[in-house]
Amino acid sequence: MGWIDIFANAKYDFMGKRKVFYVIYALLIIFSLFVIFLKGINFGIDFTGGNLVQISTRSSDISKVRNALSQLNLKDVSVQNFGQEEDYIIRYSSEIDAQFVVNKLKEILNDEIVLQRAEKVGPTIGSELRRQAFILSIIAIGLILIYIWIRFDLYFGLGTILALIIDVIMVLGLYSLFQLEFSTITVAAILTIIGYDVNDSVIIADRIREFLKRYEGLKLESQKLIEIYNNGINSTLSRTIITSLSTLIVVIALLLFGGPVLYGFSFILFWGIIFGTLSSIFIVSAIALDLKIRKKF
Amino acid sequence: MKTLNIRIIITLIVITFSIYFLYPTIQYYTLSDAQKEFMPKEKLRELKKKSINLGLDLQGGMYLVLHVETPKNIDLNEKNDIVERTTFVIKNRIDNLGIAEPIVQKIGSERIMIQLPGVLDRERAREIIGRTAQLEFRLLAEPQILEATINRIDRYLSGEIDTLKDTTTIDTLLRNKPFSSLLVNYGGDLAISEELIDSVKKILNREDIKNLIPKGYNFFFGNLESAGNSKFRRLFLLRDRADLTGAYLINAIATIGGDQFNPNAPVVSLEFNPRGAMIFANITSSNVGKRLAIILDSFVYSAPQIREAILGGRAQITGIQSMQEAKDLANILKAGALPAPVSILEERSVGPTLGKDSIEKGTKSIIFGYLFVLVFMMFYYRLGGLITVTIQALNFLIILGILSILGATLTLPGMAGLILTVGFAIDANVLIFERMREEMRNGKDFVSAIEYGYKNASRAIWDTNILHFLAALVLTFFGSGPIKGFAVILAIGVATSLFTAVFVSRLIFDILVYKFNVRYIPI
Repeated sequence: MGWIDIFANAKYDFMGKRKVFYVIYALLIIFSLFVIFLKGINFGIDFTGGNLVQISTRSSDISKVRNALSQLNLKDVSVQNFGQEEDYIIRYSSEIDAQFVVNKLKEILNDEIVLQRAEKVGPTIGSELRRQAFILSIIAIGLILIYIWIRFDLYFGLGTILALIIDVIMVLGLYSLFQLEFSTITVAAILTIIGYDVNDSVIIADRIREFLKRYEGLKLESQKLIEIYNNGINSTLSRTIITSLSTLIVVIALLLFGGPVLYGFSFILFWGIIFGTLSSIFIVSAIALDLKIRKKF
Repeated sequence: MKTLNIRIIITLIVITFSIYFLYPTIQYYTLSDAQKEFMPKEKLRELKKKSINLGLDLQGGMYLVLHVETPKNIDLNEKNDIVERTTFVIKNRIDNLGIAEPIVQKIGSERIMIQLPGVLDRERAREIIGRTAQLEFRLLAEPQILEATINRIDRYLSGEIDTLKDTTTIDTLLRNKPFSSLLVNYGGDLAISEELIDSVKKILNREDIKNLIPKGYNFFFGNLESAGNSKFRRLFLLRDRADLTGAYLINAIATIGGDQFNPNAPVVSLEFNPRGAMIFANITSSNVGKRLAIILDSFVYSAPQIREAILGGRAQITGIQSMQEAKDLANILKAGALPAPVSILEERSVGPTLGKDSIEKGTKSIIFGYLFVLVFMMFYYRLGGLITVTIQALNFLIILGILSILGATLTLPGMAGLILTVGFAIDANVLIFERMREEMRNGKDFVSAIEYGYKNASRAIWDTNILHFLAALVLTFFGSGPIKGFAVILAIGVATSLFTAVFVSRLIFDILVYKFNVRYIPI
């Protein structure tokens, strides 16, 4: 039939090469953790507390703004271009109001400066949000583990969760590499990814179970298991990739048109979907298989 | 296909309801400013109430979270009561401001969340909300008591003149009068210039200095005044206990009045209830000749001399900078004092231009995201792709309809959630099409491929949607407004996506097959 069909007759030996993928993933995790520890996560004021002021100027370049700010004696001050050429985001931790900063900048720069956004987050809220983000991520992962455990088995549950954690570590590694600001909306993106990345794994797990049913009651050799698992991945390969692509395309629109406020959010979704798809193909079933073969549980 | 007609009816009902609930939103947001002006206020408000609210990040405005500083040693009921009364007072104050649709809400055990759409004078808003507005009347100490106290502090401090010079950075401190040389005389009162206030405060807050102040009295500062280029506060020694408080107030009005020196100054006229009037009469009649300070939030506004007993229960606050301040002051005094002071934990303000910009960016993302998916699905699944993506337009309609019913708020992340939902929904169609292709590869014809494709894909579709829903549900517990808006849309989107991507898409295929006898659709 005349349809475009990628991977229609895929017969890759994913399971046979799983040791190779483990090594590659181990390296990727080490690299991501290395980046995170080296560069750190650029936590925004949502989590650290402090002030954020977004201004638009008429004709002030960033060095002028930076110079003017240095005259104000603000603590931990930083300036950053935001979206348009002459728009800036200023962060600082002193107890000084945004309007005061804007008025002073007007005076010093002699420019028309408009206060676009002012945010102030106290330290209590910051630490609360940090704790909340952590607890909710754990709850989300826990719920997913339980669901997959009930629907499939514990092996797949653990494989999925392990892969999820790896995905999140890798996304955070990239986030840290580019020093994007980690804010509440970033957490929203991560939780969305946690819910979405399981998709492909679930579809593969479902297919593998369908194949396993044909051998119900039989004691399977690990060679046979490898074959069944490979079949499961290969026969779902095209839908795994197409579902991810169709969502990725939407995320690309968000990256292109969503503006700076949504950039970090879209960035996490973009890489999260890619990593999630790759890990469902390469390691989720592999981990489930190894756990099943060793029958540790 | 005997269920076909029933399914058509269900779909039409859902569409009709969505449009019905969405209609006020469309009506409201397509009104021009002139039309809004023309419309009766009541009708406009009704319309606004029925339409989807735009979040503060889209329409501009101010979002605040306050912490109510309740005393430590009270039980839960008392605490709850204080927080509730504080919320009520703030609500009253804000209602008098004439902002459209403000929200004042108690959240958690000791917090208040406030949303002020469109408000941009942040300083004024904070002043009105955060001001305790604790009104008090206290008698001044006799001049000789004040003088003796100052002398005592002078004598006490003369021993540590060198450290004082360092901390105040004034080297003209007189050795025998270290404290009083920080003070000047202004119209018969003691005054401190602005730069020295912190030094004076530091001295007066010392435990050893507090012991030098006679029992039953305490120092108070005046509000900031200016003369020429210098700014200063007066310093008063007042009775420790308030003689009369704002609790007895029944009315406060901003007017022009003032004293004989300043006849056109803005003032706030106060009116007390009978009990308050009686207390006031008692104080004034038994203290003629003495001075009575009017204190607002621990700052002395004025301290006029009692010339005669005041029996009518009326008084005046002078020393106010502008008419605007007088009006705001009258407003918050009338609304009552806050039962406990509040502090700002979180503030987010967005200007109107940025809001408009965000609406534009959100809309653009939705339109282009939709077009991208449309092109992609048409490319990969031909007519089938075109049909399913077109059906997804219905998803927007239903989600927005449900948001209208819930009176929910649309935020920028929420707009991102809308288009993401469509991206997620399409996944179900991909799963179905892939299954259909599989069935056709195994020799089934198109019509039975539909049957088996939908049936066999349904398990995977339910699994993935339940997992999305779980994640979205967890997210609704996180953080503040904009994120919640996103999570709510994601969660609603799961249900509507199952409807559009599975139920309606199947229906369209079945209609094509059974009503129009279509035997093949390229997928």
